[in-house]
Amino acid sequence: MKLRDLAHSRTGDKGDLSCISLTVYDLADYEKVKAHVTADRVAEFYAPLIQGTVTRYELPQLGALNFILTRALGGGVTRSLALDSHGKCLGSALLDMEI
Amino acid sequence: MRKIRIGSGAGFAGDRIDPAIDLIKYGNLDYIGFECLAERTIALAVRQKMNNPDEGYNDLLEERFRLILPAMQGSKVKIITNMGAANPQAAAAKVAEIARSLNISGVRIAAVTGDDVLALLPRMLELPVLETGQPLCACEGKIISANAYNGIDGILEALRRGANIIITGRVSDPALFLAPIVHEFGWTSDNWQLLGQGTVAGHLLECAAQVTGGYFADPGVKDVPDLWAVGFPIVEISPNGGFTLSKLPGSGGLVSTATVTEQLLYEILDPKAYLTPDVIADFSQVQINQVGPDMVQVRGGSGTAPSGQLKVSVGLDEGFIGEGEISYGGPGAAARARLAGEIIRKRIEYRQIPVRELRIDLLGLHSLYPYEMTRKLSNYVDDGHEIRLRVAAGTVDRRAAAAVGNEVEALYLNGPAGGGGARKYIRPVVGVLSVLIPKTWVQCQVKLLEV
Repeated sequence: MKLRDLAHSRTGDKGDLSCISLTVYDLADYEKVKAHVTADRVAEFYAPLIQGTVTRYELPQLGALNFILTRALGGGVTRSLALDSHGKCLGSALLDMEI
Repeated sequence: MRKIRIGSGAGFAGDRIDPAIDLIKYGNLDYIGFECLAERTIALAVRQKMNNPDEGYNDLLEERFRLILPAMQGSKVKIITNMGAANPQAAAAKVAEIARSLNISGVRIAAVTGDDVLALLPRMLELPVLETGQPLCACEGKIISANAYNGIDGILEALRRGANIIITGRVSDPALFLAPIVHEFGWTSDNWQLLGQGTVAGHLLECAAQVTGGYFADPGVKDVPDLWAVGFPIVEISPNGGFTLSKLPGSGGLVSTATVTEQLLYEILDPKAYLTPDVIADFSQVQINQVGPDMVQVRGGSGTAPSGQLKVSVGLDEGFIGEGEISYGGPGAAARARLAGEIIRKRIEYRQIPVRELRIDLLGLHSLYPYEMTRKLSNYVDDGHEIRLRVAAGTVDRRAAAAVGNEVEALYLNGPAGGGGARKYIRPVVGVLSVLIPKTWVQCQVKLLEV
């Protein structure tokens, strides 16, 4: 199944960092999502985009994971030549990940 | 025990005004905060102020206050906003002028300043830039602004002096909402647990509709009722820091554990250490429970003492971005758009247009993500019935930026068959870098105007 069947995401930016959260619809799926969506797997998913690293923070009581991607936005919203200079669309793609 | 009600009236500089006016009229609010100042907005506002000393505040300030002032008559609500941007005093004077023109009196307007630390630049040049690790003096581009993220102190002083409209420059976003809570409940400045929980409330309010169903809907998966009329949020908080978050009955949108969890994690880095000037807030143990339709209860925020340093956003003049776009349709659209992109690349090289960085995207195929990432998406298609070429170039001077857009426009006559809808744009680039300075270097000032 797709990650989109189990969780939803929101993306924000801070300078050249992208902040992508994942929240499960049902707390019962948290451990499964946590086991599959590791920082390494997220780094691999975004490898063509980011030049930095991925760190994962866990919030089990909310069923949520928070990923911080460094050197991810072409220098950040003010400098980036990308159309989506905030990288707001990044999290939507992650939901395509196979679980 | 008395609770207080705080609304959010804006989550960015250009946000909608009508949901804020609805909150002022029908929300039974004690306070409403308008967060209108993104990182680079203040650098642009500094430029406006340099051109005209009476400008440099939020573009929509006048339009907003022409509606806010009549709406707040007869109510207890107080307004707190960073719409002052680079010029809170001129903003306050403008609000006073609007009040007089509307025959409204009994308004005490405070301008909170002190965030502009450009005068301290000589002392900051050797400080390391957080983003690069290099000293500030080693950065490229002319420094045009330096603004410290202040905490709640200036707003608190304005509240103590009886202001009912408070206009600041740069303050931390949650401070707009944390300050009135601290003022009302008399929380001490070292009660980190309460300040941390209050910061959770401020953080959830600062992006307005993003917690009430905005930036959330995904039809068929995450549906939001009447999103077109999404209501802005209301926090009702107790002296012990516990609060509910809701919106006006009858407004559109959705308040659920899902919408609030998404916003809790929005643009924070380590949930255990959300850095603000007033507290290092800990969001990691926050609990969110649905307690009614469109109402959640939030508790469990905490915190520890801040570092005693303030983040300073330094704005730099970094040249220009020149852009051009043109569309191709029907069979072969993608191939013609690709050919057009190759032509632009060769033309820039041939004419030796001084471009620092060049980006060529096919909108509709792979512009949001790199091709290597896009092609792995399950709904990827390798062609499209309409494709838009987009060219963007970073340049040092305006002429070069203009030349890039002109080359794209020239594809009408000189490019592949059937190019349409060409557009070109030029915009200045204001880069933002951060340094940390001791809090003791910064002194807030509060000036009151009465009408």
